[in-house]
Amino acid sequence: MSTYWRTFKTAAWLGWQMDSNWTEPWLFVIYSIVKPVAGAFILIFMYVVIWSINGIPDPHSFAFLYIGNAFFIFVGSTLLGTFQVIQSDREWYQTIRYVYISPISYYVYILGRAFSKIVVSVFAVLITLAFGVFLLGSYGVQMQLSLDRLPLFFVSLALGLFVLLAIGITLGAATFLMARHSQTLAEAVPGVFYVFCGVLFPLTILPSWGQAIGEAIPLTYWFEITRRILLPFQLNTGLAGFDDLEILAFLLVSTVIFFGLSIGVFKLGEYLARRAGKIDMTTSY
Amino acid sequence: MTAAVARRSDLRFRIGLNLRSIVGRAYPRVIGANREPSWIFFEAVLPLLSIAAYVFIYRTIALNQVAANPVDAPRILANMNALVASVVLGGAMVAFWLNVLWSMASQLYWEKEIGNLQLYMMAPMNRMALLGGMAVGGMFMTSVRAVSTLVAGVVVFGVVFQVANPLMLLAVFFVTLVALYGLGMFFASLYLLWGREAWNLSALMEEPIFFSSGFYFPLGGLYQSGGWGSAVAVLGSIIPAGLGLDALRQLTLGETAFGGKFWVLSAPVELEILVVLAVGFLILARYALAYLETLAKREGKLTSRHQ
Repeated sequence: MSTYWRTFKTAAWLGWQMDSNWTEPWLFVIYSIVKPVAGAFILIFMYVVIWSINGIPDPHSFAFLYIGNAFFIFVGSTLLGTFQVIQSDREWYQTIRYVYISPISYYVYILGRAFSKIVVSVFAVLITLAFGVFLLGSYGVQMQLSLDRLPLFFVSLALGLFVLLAIGITLGAATFLMARHSQTLAEAVPGVFYVFCGVLFPLTILPSWGQAIGEAIPLTYWFEITRRILLPFQLNTGLAGFDDLEILAFLLVSTVIFFGLSIGVFKLGEYLARRAGKIDMTTSY
Repeated sequence: MTAAVARRSDLRFRIGLNLRSIVGRAYPRVIGANREPSWIFFEAVLPLLSIAAYVFIYRTIALNQVAANPVDAPRILANMNALVASVVLGGAMVAFWLNVLWSMASQLYWEKEIGNLQLYMMAPMNRMALLGGMAVGGMFMTSVRAVSTLVAGVVVFGVVFQVANPLMLLAVFFVTLVALYGLGMFFASLYLLWGREAWNLSALMEEPIFFSSGFYFPLGGLYQSGGWGSAVAVLGSIIPAGLGLDALRQLTLGETAFGGKFWVLSAPVELEILVVLAVGFLILARYALAYLETLAKREGKLTSRHQ
């Protein structure tokens, strides 16, 4: 266990250095905030434009998508954090062979590298939420978080982040076998969750098969419970029949399942890559 | 003058050499893409989902607006179609912008990292031919994604495009592409000098540019917001995708879409500006490449890796 912990700590520190030491700290802070805030502004102006064209406000839908988008920052950064480790080590720094043969768990190493991205994204989420509450109140963004709901919030947050890491590693295992397209993968895969997990709109807007996909993805339950805790109103998301603890139970069970899946898929990807001689391949086109 | 020097200074030989360089550099992108079928899935299919998310946002809000005011339903739904079409066009343009960022701008930096740059520098062709080949190959790769986005827009989302002036549409599209890739060539020269800042700069030019250039909403909305919004829109218009998208939307949705109140300029004027941007960026790229190559050599950064 101590080896795992040491690997995790060292990888997290390495990830932090690689992410941040290319520039001055203040510039890194701005860099870390500008991207998610700009992403929020896209949604703000989409709402402003459709409101302006049709002349009818829809503050509840806007608050719903704003909160969902703020927490989606975790999804993008965690998935990027896990996807890019294998390919950046393999293709960019060409150090994967040294790390891979060292007596550590490569799985834990990836978890550590991704952890530094999660830490940075916490600030981006907080800033996005604060921006919404303090400056977009007139557009309908409201938030509440009572003390008695805090434990539920933190438990669901921890489970949500853990399942994200598990999903990231499950999919990241595919990058063992892929050419250097992890950037595209990291951009594209969150799109699946963007559409099917009720991040920006209630699941009920999707066709029934789309809703079924959404209900099979753990992140749907994480976004549902987070909004139940934070928003002072509820929209019909198709999950109204379940209470908070049932939603939390779904999240817990699916987290355990995805954790097991991530280990299995990771080992399979690793095995296939070794067999095909792709562990340290470089693709330069 | 030796025979070799005379041959190198022969115009026909130089043109042929540079054309072969363009083909040679485009070749691995086209062929490499074919050898990696997974690329089609990741490049063409998965990105559609992000676009679908933006489409569903407009649909959700529009349907709520119809519920709030059923009498106005035809107008609201017509506006929704125009906004969904805007997202689809923006999604197609996103493909080109990402290609410019990741496969043009940061490519020379990438070549430096993997050790190919010194080989390019020793080769006798013009550096612009090298970048031109990357652009041609990149456009091919990206067209697959852009076309699939447009087809999905029509088939899946039921978007209706009304093209009254196809020649103008083609002109705007190709001039926008030339301007975009010209900008990519300019960035590529800057990235010769930089280390990991290059990667991070490319990452930084995703969402902020999607926002400031109006990839998912009419850019006129940002112009009309006044104050900082207008300033951001002006900056965003320097990226050719902004005005290019605005003109493409006018030419495919009709000038009366969105009540005609969200256009930045008329399409012909935007085309003229795009031509100026295209020529300007290509000239800028030519001089920046020569200057920054010299500077990178002087500072010893041309082949220094992992910085």
